[in-house]
Amino acid sequence: MIADRVKNTPPSGIREFFDLVLGMPEVISLGVGEPDFITPWRIREKAITALEEGYTSYTSNKGLRVLREGISRRIKKRYDISYDPDEEVLITVGVSEGLDLALRAVLNPGDAVVVVSPHYVAYPALVAMNHGKVLPLITTEQEQFKINPDRLERLLKKNPKAIILNYPSNPTGATYRRDELRTLWKYLRRKDTVVITDEAYEDISFDVAHTPFAVLDSRARDRTIHLSGFSKGCAMTGFRVGYACASQKFIGAMTKIHSFSMLCGPIVSQLAGIEALRTEKEIAQMTKAYRRRREFMVKELNRIGLPAHMPQGTFYCFPSVSATGLTAMEFAKRLLFEEKVAVVPGTAFGQEFGEYVRMSCANTLDSLKEAAIRIERFVGRVCCEGKR
Amino acid sequence: MDDILEILETNARVSLEELERLTGKKKKDISRALKKYEKQGVIVKYKTLLNKEKLKEEKSVMAIIEVQVSPQKDVGFDRVAERIYRFPEVKYCYLLSGTYDLLLIVEGKDIHTVARFVSEKLAPLSSVKGTVSHFLLKKYKEDGVTLVKNEKNQRLAITY
Repeated sequence: MIADRVKNTPPSGIREFFDLVLGMPEVISLGVGEPDFITPWRIREKAITALEEGYTSYTSNKGLRVLREGISRRIKKRYDISYDPDEEVLITVGVSEGLDLALRAVLNPGDAVVVVSPHYVAYPALVAMNHGKVLPLITTEQEQFKINPDRLERLLKKNPKAIILNYPSNPTGATYRRDELRTLWKYLRRKDTVVITDEAYEDISFDVAHTPFAVLDSRARDRTIHLSGFSKGCAMTGFRVGYACASQKFIGAMTKIHSFSMLCGPIVSQLAGIEALRTEKEIAQMTKAYRRRREFMVKELNRIGLPAHMPQGTFYCFPSVSATGLTAMEFAKRLLFEEKVAVVPGTAFGQEFGEYVRMSCANTLDSLKEAAIRIERFVGRVCCEGKR
Repeated sequence: MDDILEILETNARVSLEELERLTGKKKKDISRALKKYEKQGVIVKYKTLLNKEKLKEEKSVMAIIEVQVSPQKDVGFDRVAERIYRFPEVKYCYLLSGTYDLLLIVEGKDIHTVARFVSEKLAPLSSVKGTVSHFLLKKYKEDGVTLVKNEKNQRLAITY
């Protein structure tokens, strides 16, 4: 009774591991893909007030105009790029819906989509469920998990309909400077490939100022669907509010789908989003905390013997566990059972990444310190076993 | 604000090694910076925030006291304030704008001790024109920290 494309989309290979973690109490979890901070109070307070004032209805399909205006203003101020709030901004239910809408809007059956790997778990499944074909673009630790332009050029020969660019990247924390984006654009501009950018972590950039792909030039803007939201930067994952900015042809098509399938984003979350646009200070404080934890964790991991590159954004580290002689899944399972520390095996982000694990620094510093002690003890033990 | 100060402001017990790992600065530069801040009086004291309401054996009461004073020629409020803040019972002393001048937070072992301090030491001072005392009933938040109920993040232990 179930449609073939859904049946044929394999469930995430590590669902079973997730269930193990969820069934185990008292775990220090470095496996969490969301901030440890609770949404800043002023944003929550706005949501409470909205309910008290009776905001319980639908909004226009595109979302509250005030929110769209605010987003447009912020993007203009931050990145000097203009989007018309009436025609070029759409409020979505998280970046996830934005991504689904973008793929549904542009893909015809059989169209190829370049997915940069390691990738966020949902990308290949979303492409498949939208009748597309995934072209994986593998990045390597040696290249700080950034796209190798030659490899991109080779894949572009297959005329992909779209490419999904996620930076700062979940799970690697890799991001791009403006000149690096220019190089990628040099290759992409020769084709008609739609650039779908998932910039959900734009607020959590450390050493490199975030540059949206659309700012490169007017043709790049015309070809890019810029997706972002409030989940990560403002610690609002549960509010489910994101947005898409793009030229009218894309936003028009995406709005058409959205208006029939979702109608609109939840009004309370949209109102909270308006308040979130005024929380620059809180965002900066949280980002600062992530940066310190990153410094701490990456140094600890390298000292322990799990080499990790320095992530330039997000709250993730992506160390290699190959020195232990274990696969990522073995490492994750044993670390969970023996030391009660949860991490996500790299295979969740692409089959090729079976020697990496993702560790989230979205934890208090005390938890990270304790986790580092346990990981060190575990690695020491595993390496001794190997020498016996 | 300097990273070092921001970290110390929330946790004064953090070690030099940890500061090094958290800020990426060298230990000797951190030591030097700390000495400088101490000398300048930017770092006044390394303090622990206690919730004394949870200490059964050591009960104390606090009162917030509004004080109206007459400023003195040339030195304004400073001399009067000094006269008052030197009392060890006075934990905090601020000069404010508005209907009264000084705001004191006074601590004593019980309500009588604080009342005695006000009636016998503070009120009789010649520059003090009047006082209003408010006894503190419950502390909800102090120094940016919630003392009553801590929020707990409800997130799942593992997500993408």
